[in-house]
Amino acid sequence: MSIVERLEKLDRRLIFVLILLAVVIPLVRPIGFKIEVSEPVQQLYEAIESLNPGSRVIISCDYDPSTMPEIYPMNQALARHCFSRDLKIVGMGLWPQGVPLGQASMEQAAEEYGKSYGVDYVNLGFKAGGIVVVSSVAENIPATYPQDYAGRPVSELPIMDGVRNFDNIELIISLSAGDPGVREWVMIGQGRYGKTVGAGVTAVSAPAFYPYLQAGQLVGMMGGMKGAAEYEILMEGTGTASRGMDAQSVAHGLIIFFILFANFFYLVGRRKMPWKR
Amino acid sequence: MKKQIPLLITFVAGMVMLVQYFIPHRPFSEVYRLFNQWYLVVAVFAMILGIGNLIKIHSVRLRRRGSGWQYSIVLLCSLGVMGVAGLGWGIERGGFFDYLYWNMYYPLSSTMFALLAFFVASASYRAFRARTAEATLLLASAILVMLGRVPLGNYLWDRLPLLGDWIMSYPNMAGQRAIMIGIALGVVSTSLRIILGIERTYLAGR
Repeated sequence: MSIVERLEKLDRRLIFVLILLAVVIPLVRPIGFKIEVSEPVQQLYEAIESLNPGSRVIISCDYDPSTMPEIYPMNQALARHCFSRDLKIVGMGLWPQGVPLGQASMEQAAEEYGKSYGVDYVNLGFKAGGIVVVSSVAENIPATYPQDYAGRPVSELPIMDGVRNFDNIELIISLSAGDPGVREWVMIGQGRYGKTVGAGVTAVSAPAFYPYLQAGQLVGMMGGMKGAAEYEILMEGTGTASRGMDAQSVAHGLIIFFILFANFFYLVGRRKMPWKR
Repeated sequence: MKKQIPLLITFVAGMVMLVQYFIPHRPFSEVYRLFNQWYLVVAVFAMILGIGNLIKIHSVRLRRRGSGWQYSIVLLCSLGVMGVAGLGWGIERGGFFDYLYWNMYYPLSSTMFALLAFFVASASYRAFRARTAEATLLLASAILVMLGRVPLGNYLWDRLPLLGDWIMSYPNMAGQRAIMIGIALGVVSTSLRIILGIERTYLAGR
C-alpha cells in the first residue's frame, strides 16, 4: 500500500483525537485572538441602544440545548443589554425547549441588574402553531398567552399592563436554530406589521438570512458563536462565546488543514495513478 | 361526501386567508383572527395525536421485539417521566421537570450535537475533494469563509474577514435569493393546487 493510499485510509480515531485537543487546549489555555465586530452585530446593538427606557422587547427563544453554545451566549448578552438600558423583556418560545433557556438567561441577567420577574421581564412560554402563534401575538398578546410559562395569569403581571399587541412592542428578536424561527418573525412581524426585527442564528443557518439583512427586513443579526462573541465585546465584557472563539478558531484551522492535506495527497495520487480519476 | 367536505373546507379556508391578506378589514379581519385561534387549537390536538402515534408505534415495536426495541423502552419511560413531572409539578424553575431538563435532556442533547464536530472533521478529510472545477470553487470558498468567520482569519491576514463577508454578501446572497424565490413560487403553486382541489394527496391519496 502506497503512502497516498495509507493516508486516504487514515484511522478516523486519530482525527477525533486531534479535534478534541484543538478544542480543549485553547479552552484551558486561551490564545486571545482579537475579535472584530461585524456590521450586522453592530446594527443589532445600536437598535437596542436607540430604544427609550421602558420600551418592551420580545425575545423569542426558538432554539434548544443542542445549539446552546452558539445561541445561549447571545440570549445572555441581549438580556444584559436590555436590562442595562432599563428595557422590559417579553420572553417566549416557538420551540418548547427554548423556554427554560430563555428563563435561565433572563433570571441570571435580572439578578445582575436588580430586575424582578413580572415587572421588568416575563416569560410567556411556548405555544404550538409556529407562524400562526406569531400572527396571533401580533393581534392580541393576552388572548394568545393568557398565562405565563408557569401558569400565572399575565393580567396580574405589571409588565403586561397596557400591552395588547405589536403596537406595544418596540423590537422583536428571534434567537433561532431553525424553523419556526426568524423567517416567521420576519414574514409576520416585519412584512405584515412593519415591526423592527433582529435575529441571532446558528453559524450554519446564517447565510440564509443575508437577503433579509440586505433588504432591511432584519435590523441586525448575530451569526453563530462569533456573533455572540462580538456582542459580548460590544457589551464591554467577556462571556462564554468570547472564551470559545479561540477553540473554534483552532478547530476551523485544523479542519482546513485536513482538507488541504487530503487534497494534496489526492492530487498527487491522481497524477501517479491516472486510472483513479 | 368523505371527499367533498374536506375539499370544501380547504377551499373556503384557503380563499378567506388569501383574501384577508389583501383586504385586512371586516369581515375578513375577524375571520382571520377566528381562523388563527382555531389553528392554535388544532395545533395542540395535532401534538396530542403525534404523542399518541409515537406511543402506539413504540408499544407495538416493544411487544413484537422489533429492531432496537430496547430504545423504545427508554423513549416511553422518558416520555412518561417528563410528562408526569411537567403535568404533576409544573415547569417552573427549580421544579422536578426543570431538574430533569437541565440534568438529563440538556447534556444529552448537547452531547449529540457536539459529536458533529468530530464527524465534520472526519468527513472533510475523506470527502471534500477538488475533483472538478465546481468542487474546487466550493472548496476554496468554504476555506475562505471558514477562516473569515473566526478570529484566526483576522490574525493571518486582516483582509480575510472582508473576503469572507464579500462571499456571504454577494455570491451567497444571490444564490439564497434564487432559492427563496424558487421556494416561494413552489409554495404559491402548490397552495393554489390544494385550495382549488387539484392536489389531493393530503386526503390520504384518495
